[in-house]
Amino acid sequence: MGRRIPLMICFVAGILMVIQFFTPPLRSVYEMVLDWYIVILVFALAVGLQTTIYLHVNKVRRRVKGYLYSLVTLVSLVSMATIGLAGGIRQGSWFMWLFEHIQVPLGATMFALLAFFMASAAYRAFRARTLEATLLLVAAVIVMLGRVPIGYFLTKGLPESIQIPAATEWILMYPNMAAKRGIMFGVALGMISTALKVIVGIERGYLGGRR
Amino acid sequence: MIFLIALLLFSVQPKAAAPPTSVRAYDTPNDNGGRITVVWTVSPDDTNRAISGYEIHRSEAIDGDYEYRGYVGRGMTEYTDGVEKGAGYHYRVKVRGRLLGDSELSQPSGLATPSVQWFHRGRVNVLVGVGFFSAMVFFFISAARRGKELFVRRIAGLQAVDEAVGRATEMGKPILYVPGLSVADDVATIASLNILSQVAKKTAQYETRLLVPNRDPIVFSIAQEIVKEAHASVGRPDTYRAEDIFFVTQSQFGYAAAVDGIMVREKPATNFFLGMFWAESLVLAETGSSIGAIQIAGTDAVTQLPFFIAACDYTLIGEELYAASSYLSREPLQLGSLKAQDWAKVVITALVVAGVIISALGYQFFTRIFEVN
Repeated sequence: MGRRIPLMICFVAGILMVIQFFTPPLRSVYEMVLDWYIVILVFALAVGLQTTIYLHVNKVRRRVKGYLYSLVTLVSLVSMATIGLAGGIRQGSWFMWLFEHIQVPLGATMFALLAFFMASAAYRAFRARTLEATLLLVAAVIVMLGRVPIGYFLTKGLPESIQIPAATEWILMYPNMAAKRGIMFGVALGMISTALKVIVGIERGYLGGRR
Repeated sequence: MIFLIALLLFSVQPKAAAPPTSVRAYDTPNDNGGRITVVWTVSPDDTNRAISGYEIHRSEAIDGDYEYRGYVGRGMTEYTDGVEKGAGYHYRVKVRGRLLGDSELSQPSGLATPSVQWFHRGRVNVLVGVGFFSAMVFFFISAARRGKELFVRRIAGLQAVDEAVGRATEMGKPILYVPGLSVADDVATIASLNILSQVAKKTAQYETRLLVPNRDPIVFSIAQEIVKEAHASVGRPDTYRAEDIFFVTQSQFGYAAAVDGIMVREKPATNFFLGMFWAESLVLAETGSSIGAIQIAGTDAVTQLPFFIAACDYTLIGEELYAASSYLSREPLQLGSLKAQDWAKVVITALVVAGVIISALGYQFFTRIFEVN
């Protein structure tokens, strides 16, 4: 019975969502469900916060390796919450100042690291050890050159159709686009199939998988 | 003299623009009865900077007072008006001038009354497509239920799951499972959580530690339940560690930084990155690669796939992510849906080939069949 009720809720909700897609007056049901999601999210956030605090307090208390990071997390969490509750979160508040001068630059720093990770990943991916890797390398070199002015200058004496920028466009528009669309067909079918299995109760992984 | 010139300039009114013609109003199709669409033929003065745009006015009586409802720029020929359900309206359109003066109101449209459409006729093709595919899924599932042997091709990334779990067990190191950064109603996240169920069963059997950091609080709650249930289903509820399935932060790069930190400190033997990812995919995968972990990734985000392919040992491409749970469980009912996907792809390929040939012959009706409103 404990398993049947969630399955029934899932079935009814899933079928209702399918019906609303084809029935304009039921669009409001979909919007209402989205509102419910936000309400649930707030409560789930409280549960998430509780486990985060529990996890890091435990690490600090037990002095496990790297517990100072947990201490930084807890201090940051408490500081931001206190400052936000006391002084508000409007533009110009202390909370926003901390957000804009600590949180945003930290996020930007992580994002900036991507450039270095990209270089090391490209080095491994572009080693011409097999035919496929060689093709990838050649395609990547053409596309990269085609995106910068030097690509144009290197081949500007050639007929326009075989210049590097034109070759870049061709690679992106035909082989690349064909592969992307092929993947997207598969993804769409996979999504429908997964949704169907969840709705009719064949796929129960989200319930722990037990029948 | 100057006074006379100024008087002349101010006394000359610009010529009024001609109003639009053929104003027509009708119930907006495929809605819940709260809108009317107004269309018209542009004014003959709708050129260059002569006019600014069109004002739309409406009235319940054809000769009543027309109230202003909205404005669209020049060149536009359509306006959708929000209305009371069941009430009928007449519409008149007028030109708002720029170099020319404003026009008179146009001739009124006929009475337009909105009505509820209970079926979205612009989505018949979607209904047919989904119905056809669902029928195929149920056909193959029933075939599997009758005991028919279904061949499913080998997927290297999923074959490696056992090896990856075994390696972590032998090394005495944990396994890191990242269920993507998206929300719980994303199908990629649902697929990832289904795989988590299978992976958690294996780790529970081998008593290997499984770390699941989460970005979305709802995904976190579901993941915690899944792992707990998985431990219970293999008879090892005592080995479940609630603190290993935890919420990190909703900040995208804050999450990436935290997971990178976990990888560097805990040195997991195996990393799973399954679900929806954005720009952080390579940050995670490269850090995992630097610590020497076996990495199995999978996503339906086409732009992130090259990063995973470059940095991970195995990558589930697009649909393989959705097939993974069925593949790992080996349940006939689940495998039936994979066969339906394969056959649907055959049908789609045939339709694409037919579409290319028919379009090349100059007929467009075939491509229009697949347009969705």
